[in-house]
Amino acid sequence: MNYRGPFRIRADRNKPEPEIEHPYDAIVRVTRSLICGSDLHLYHGLVPDTRVGMTFGHEFTGIVEEVGSGVQKLKVGDRVLVPFNIACGSCPFCKQELYGNCHESNPEATAVGGFFGYAHIAGGYDGGQAEYVRVPFADVGPTVIPEGMDIEDAVLLTDVVPTGYQAAEMGGIQKGDTVVVFGAGPVGIMAARCAWLFGAGRVIVIDHIDYRLEFVKKYAYCEAYNFKEMDDPVLFLKKQTDWFGADVCIDAVGCDAAGSAMQTITGKKMLLQAGAATALHWAINSVKKGGIVSVVGVYGPPFNLVPLGSLMNKGITLRANQASVKRLLPRVIDHVMAGRLNPKGIITHRLPLEEISDAYHIFSAKRDNCIKPLLIPPRAAMA
Amino acid sequence: MEKLKTEPSKISGIDRKIADRSKDHIPGWGIDADPENDPTYPMKHRNGADYERINYEKPPQQRIKMEVFRSVERPGITRVFGTSTPPKGLSGSLRRYAYKYSEATSAHWMTLILADRVNVAEGIIDDLKAGTIPNFFEERGWSAEWKYNRQGFIRSAIVGALVTTAVIACFASRRKSG
Repeated sequence: MNYRGPFRIRADRNKPEPEIEHPYDAIVRVTRSLICGSDLHLYHGLVPDTRVGMTFGHEFTGIVEEVGSGVQKLKVGDRVLVPFNIACGSCPFCKQELYGNCHESNPEATAVGGFFGYAHIAGGYDGGQAEYVRVPFADVGPTVIPEGMDIEDAVLLTDVVPTGYQAAEMGGIQKGDTVVVFGAGPVGIMAARCAWLFGAGRVIVIDHIDYRLEFVKKYAYCEAYNFKEMDDPVLFLKKQTDWFGADVCIDAVGCDAAGSAMQTITGKKMLLQAGAATALHWAINSVKKGGIVSVVGVYGPPFNLVPLGSLMNKGITLRANQASVKRLLPRVIDHVMAGRLNPKGIITHRLPLEEISDAYHIFSAKRDNCIKPLLIPPRAAMA
Repeated sequence: MEKLKTEPSKISGIDRKIADRSKDHIPGWGIDADPENDPTYPMKHRNGADYERINYEKPPQQRIKMEVFRSVERPGITRVFGTSTPPKGLSGSLRRYAYKYSEATSAHWMTLILADRVNVAEGIIDDLKAGTIPNFFEERGWSAEWKYNRQGFIRSAIVGALVTTAVIACFASRRKSG
């Protein structure tokens, strides 16, 4: 794929294939890739230093084609799922399992580690919506897909499932807690499903797209409400929680939120803040005093308008991070293999990589009841 | 929780040297320290790596064969980096300027956003130079819009045509009266 500017993407057969550039690199032939909700932030032109000509995609599986001279564990022919984080495994942050915060994979920003296909503020790596990808630190991130695991489940373990899981984990959910998830996109759906794994007593999802609310209600066994049908979602949630507020609120929306004209105009139209922080605003206001707000929604730099006064006055604990995929993989793989999680159930569209422009539009404009589009490269389709 | 392993002999950073100074003169120092009270757990498996941070074993350096920008908030280029789309043209100059400022400044981010917009125009010029006329219909995924939202597509096309016609007519009448 080739990014040409906001809302413009084309399939490009003429891009050169990646090469080994470091002894710890591998070249992976992509077998499946997904479009992430956070790719839409790039697609919408909301992320600074997104350069024309770049290839997006940080959720992919593949087959190892070539390894660098320093790679010891990964072998040519291994079928791998590749976490979206590029992590060295040896810096102080990686050593403490903060694999999303690696200190040696992103020269262009200290605020985030390196990711595949996510602009130059994430290191300037081409991504997996392609036939081949260069994968740095091949012995650290890529994980051999377990025997018997469906490839469509595996590809969702590269981001969506660990991110949804970590959203619930960061919520510090105690047995019986009421958990509110803002956003019924793929990550919000997975966060709602994972909240039960931690013992939630009640899970409520808030969004404004009816078909997604219907989907999440069935998929995640939760309550789901359309904020467009209420005057004030915060007030609605206070009433729903005996006027105390939710124990845990999860922001699974990020900078592309709907629901507030002021946030939309200043954040998405005028770019005076890093997108619309409506979901985070509602989360802070809807959580109980002393509650926990967990943020996995993606916000770009430089800053957003959120009610910090309420954060302090209510004694809220705010927890946030990019998912540490490698840390969580053993647990989520176990849940998938045991049938407790069914990731591939959220894939609604399967398209050839050549139709990537249509795939982005369908996902972005929420056409044809799209939840999650999967891309199949030509060589993988032939296999 | 395991006791943190801090070996002062290995520490060479100024910050750690200061942090490692004796606290004997401070009454009650550390008396209420509670390793269990760690709000970062389980996201972070605290094992003392923060205190040995200067001495971690770094991977080999990737060869730098193109211009790679670096945040001024770090001492050098990271051991690996992406090689997608090196900076070039006016947008490259703007990005070069932006990377002189820290990530805490608007000058950094706003200049990058401006560079992105300039880069879009450069992309169209590059396409035309290479003999490719950008196919906006295809690039914007409008064939999917036609397939799944035909009425909306037609409505948008009509509104767009009417607005364009009105703007052109307005300019034309102003020019006439001028």
